[in-house]
Amino acid sequence: MSDTSGVQDKPKHLKHYFVDSDQQFEASKMGMWVFLVTEILFFGGLFAAYIVYRSWYPELYIQASTELDTFWGTVNTAVLIGSSLTVAMAIRSAQLNQIKGLITNLWITISLAFVFMVIKFFEYTHKFDKGILPGEYYTYEGLAHEKANIFFSIYYMMTGLHGIHVIIGIGLMLFLVYKAKKGVFSSEYYTPVEITGLYWHLVDVIWIFLFPLLYLID
Amino acid sequence: MNRLTEYMLPPARSTLASETDALFHFINVTSIILLVGITFAILYFAWKYRRRSEDDVTPVITHNNKLEITWSVIPLIMVMIVFGWGFSGYMNLVTPPDDAYEIRVEGASWNWRFFYDNGAVSVNELNVPVDRPIKLIMSSTDVIHSFYVPDFRVKRDVLPNRYSSIWFEATETGQSVIFCTEYCGEQHSNMDGMVNVMSQDEFDTWLESGNAVDESVPPAERGEALVSQNGCNACHSVDGSSGVGPSFAGLWGSERTFQNAEPVTADENYIRESILESNAKILEGYDPVMPSYQGVINDQQIGDIIEYIKTLE
Amino acid sequence: MATTDAPNIKRLQVRRFKPEESPKEHYLNAEKGLWSWLSTVDHKRIGLMYFGSIAFFFLFGGILALVLRTELLTPTQSFIEAETYNQIFTLHGAIMIFFFLVPSVPAALGNFILPLQLGAKDVAFPRLNLASFYIYTIGAIFTLIAIFTGGIDTGWTFYTPYSAETSSNVIMMTLGIFILGFSSILTGVNFIVTIHKMRAPGLTWNKLPLNIWALYATSIIQVLATPVLAITVLLLAMERMLGIGIFDPALGGDPVLYQHFFWFYSHPAVYIMIVPGFGVISEVISTFSRKTIFGYWAIALSSLAIAFIGFLVWGHHMFTAGQSSLASMVFSFLTFLVGIPTGIKIFNWLATMYKGSIDMKTPMLYAMVFLFLFTIGGFTGIMLGALVVDIHLHDTYYVVAHFHYVMMGGMVMAFLAGIHYWWPKMFGKMYNEFWAKIACGIIFIGFNMTFLPQFIMGAQGMPRRYYNYIDQFQPFHQFSTMGSYVLGVGFLIIAAYMIHSLLRGKEAGSNPWGSRALEWQTSSPAPHHNFEHTPVIINGPYDYHKPMSEFQLGIAHSHNGHHEGEKVDVETGTAQEKA
Repeated sequence: MSDTSGVQDKPKHLKHYFVDSDQQFEASKMGMWVFLVTEILFFGGLFAAYIVYRSWYPELYIQASTELDTFWGTVNTAVLIGSSLTVAMAIRSAQLNQIKGLITNLWITISLAFVFMVIKFFEYTHKFDKGILPGEYYTYEGLAHEKANIFFSIYYMMTGLHGIHVIIGIGLMLFLVYKAKKGVFSSEYYTPVEITGLYWHLVDVIWIFLFPLLYLID
Repeated sequence: MNRLTEYMLPPARSTLASETDALFHFINVTSIILLVGITFAILYFAWKYRRRSEDDVTPVITHNNKLEITWSVIPLIMVMIVFGWGFSGYMNLVTPPDDAYEIRVEGASWNWRFFYDNGAVSVNELNVPVDRPIKLIMSSTDVIHSFYVPDFRVKRDVLPNRYSSIWFEATETGQSVIFCTEYCGEQHSNMDGMVNVMSQDEFDTWLESGNAVDESVPPAERGEALVSQNGCNACHSVDGSSGVGPSFAGLWGSERTFQNAEPVTADENYIRESILESNAKILEGYDPVMPSYQGVINDQQIGDIIEYIKTLE
Repeated sequence: MATTDAPNIKRLQVRRFKPEESPKEHYLNAEKGLWSWLSTVDHKRIGLMYFGSIAFFFLFGGILALVLRTELLTPTQSFIEAETYNQIFTLHGAIMIFFFLVPSVPAALGNFILPLQLGAKDVAFPRLNLASFYIYTIGAIFTLIAIFTGGIDTGWTFYTPYSAETSSNVIMMTLGIFILGFSSILTGVNFIVTIHKMRAPGLTWNKLPLNIWALYATSIIQVLATPVLAITVLLLAMERMLGIGIFDPALGGDPVLYQHFFWFYSHPAVYIMIVPGFGVISEVISTFSRKTIFGYWAIALSSLAIAFIGFLVWGHHMFTAGQSSLASMVFSFLTFLVGIPTGIKIFNWLATMYKGSIDMKTPMLYAMVFLFLFTIGGFTGIMLGALVVDIHLHDTYYVVAHFHYVMMGGMVMAFLAGIHYWWPKMFGKMYNEFWAKIACGIIFIGFNMTFLPQFIMGAQGMPRRYYNYIDQFQPFHQFSTMGSYVLGVGFLIIAAYMIHSLLRGKEAGSNPWGSRALEWQTSSPAPHHNFEHTPVIINGPYDYHKPMSEFQLGIAHSHNGHHEGEKVDVETGTAQEKA
């Protein structure tokens, strides 16, 4: 813990309004946690809409869920859980000052996230072909329920918003790779890796709720 | 004192009004007493404890348990009383008597339609008998409206694709204004109507003859009355000036060009369609905001209206 | 480092640091040029930029209000069309709420004063702070675009189905608000982390200024409630663009669901708007009574109680909307509960004045005006919480009067108190006390003239959002309109003497009010890094019975390495450069 005599060298990453690295690190982590709470509230609104409509049209949900491919949904779940593991390993690498390992693990996480998006892309296009489009563009005849578009509107909104968060995560991690290559991170300072990891875990957790609620209810 | 309290609220014209009014006055009186006390404290303290010198020493009073508990518990008890009172009055408001006379209400942007149990229809004028519980079953044809009669102290939102209801029992004959109190577009503030409270006999007479055709009056004159009764002139002028909708003046026989259909000459069929399927053909320069009068204006009345329009140059 | 943890007791060498009077260098001139302002990460400059922006929006929203009131001089059309009128009242509400009230104390005053009161050198995330400001600006630009490309006429509440169907520019507007919401959220995150992690040594939770407690409670609400608004407007935009049918009854949706979503944010939002004001009032009353605050913990915890209960009362906006009687009953009950902590504060503030040494400077005058007007607003809120009465009063001018009394009579008065209180700290200048008091009086009179008649009108049945009205209400409307002009004059006077203060105001000392609060123990205007030393706190913020010197302590030989060649005179607390 640093004394404020001003004689010793300050680490480059330490901002002048923080007393020491620990305080800065703790502050950054807390900031990310608070932000994640806001994300939970944000998605919470959609979960609330899901609950309300499911309580009004329970048979619709069960019927419409059959249109979702449970196999690929499960694959995606495994992919995301795997990517959470690899991002945690990336943080571990940074803590052990293994920058090569950090970069490798970040690349693996990014690839897994990319796989997730590719599978989602195929899921979406397959539905578009069938006429399962959001809202007033819905033309699919395959479901007997007249309000079927409601389930899919909620499906698209929830998975769409989640997908946007995955893309943002990919962007953040690419940025981390760039910074890691420039030698910014070390066991002394890896805060951005830590907080991006926290963000990524939330993205994973949200999917873990989405998946059974949308895919597994049939 | 009585005059002041009467001034603050509209005349109490329903059996429910007294409950609302009593609680309103109670809250007002207690609030004013407390406000006077607080204001007195503010002014008195500001004067009595004004700074005498820069060396003033103030006592260190950090808290006073007895005082704090008192001024937490007493207000709590008071608001609980107000809550209970408000709640019980509210339960009366939402529990109509079993024998209430039902009238269907439709809110449409921007008029009110009332459908009586014998098929009679009135627009913007709600006719009810006095001293009899009336239950209104309401729905909207488009956006959310709200049905409010200040004199009766009743209000309820009117929703599309759903029914909501209120009830009241009028205590004196006379007229009470109806307001729409949920913003619903450009003419929201013109969506008012009138409750006509009359004796049971007068009401029965009106109900019987409600839609009867008065043969002694020429059709065009009947049409003129219908145009007024059904609220058409809220949007359609008869003197050529443009309003929410096009003027009736010079309508008959004119060429009409539309945003969503081929041009036609304004004839009987066109006027009939405009009344029943109002947004089938939208005139150039106007918005598709006219509510349909299907079920409100019958064929006989359409004929009279057409005759009237023919007379407008 | 600083907080003492048993069993390892840390010893700190402290000395007194008297604030420099007439500082040559301070945060306003530490860096020069427009770019230094646009790229600043200094919380004080960011606070000022917010202040300028919200002042602009207050002016804009205020002019809209004057136009509305002028139209309402006559029962029918005076000089604008119905459609224009509807757009103007929508904008007046949206601008005042989203671009003025929500950011006003937290972003403008809070940004400036929070680190100073904590003894910190900045907030936890200064760059995020600047980003918040730019996000606010971008949201504002989207909103202005919405206004100038078709306008919007749904009321600031955007109720469906009307907002999903109307041809006006709803999507652009909701996009602007969506973006703006992030500004609010990020500011909240910043404040929460700063308060938790960056307090000066000795500043334990039980010594926190009540202004900080208020900002803390507000930030919690901001962080929890604003995301729900974000998803609500997103769903509304999707409804319009894709017809997803969530709020549209024709497609199986429910318009009342929209109201639940909307008010779940918007009710806590009103607490975002008022709780920071409570914090300011605590500071001002204590300082100008030169007396310790009465009931510190009651006031601190009541802000948290309001934040918590405030999330549970949203349905009181919907008593006539078609929710079940049980729901209405629960919401009414909780609404009454949430009024109690607020009442406790009012009594505590009065008790603080009791046996105080009261100096009736302008901030104190505004605080007293607040006490009076906000109490009226509060009591009329009780009236509206009573179910059977609300049925009569909902959507009438009674509600309009109620919220103007709490928002304007409450929040704006508290904001003005704060501005007049911290002005010397911000600019190192004093303003003309005489004109300030005159303006306060004019505003008080104008405000009551405008809004008191609206209670009566509303109780008599005058609905809100009405362009035309029936003749019996004309005298009320005319009186109200005249009041609004008086109110406008009052604000113009404030602008005039404040600008004069900036240009030619008397120089302010570091602590013109004799406050014990930490922000006054540094120079005016504040130094670039807030304090040249690390402050050390040993007393509570309102301990007026302790000498001023005990509030000016800091860790000896600090200065972040700036002034190592210094010799210190411990007695007088002055320092000279070593020869």
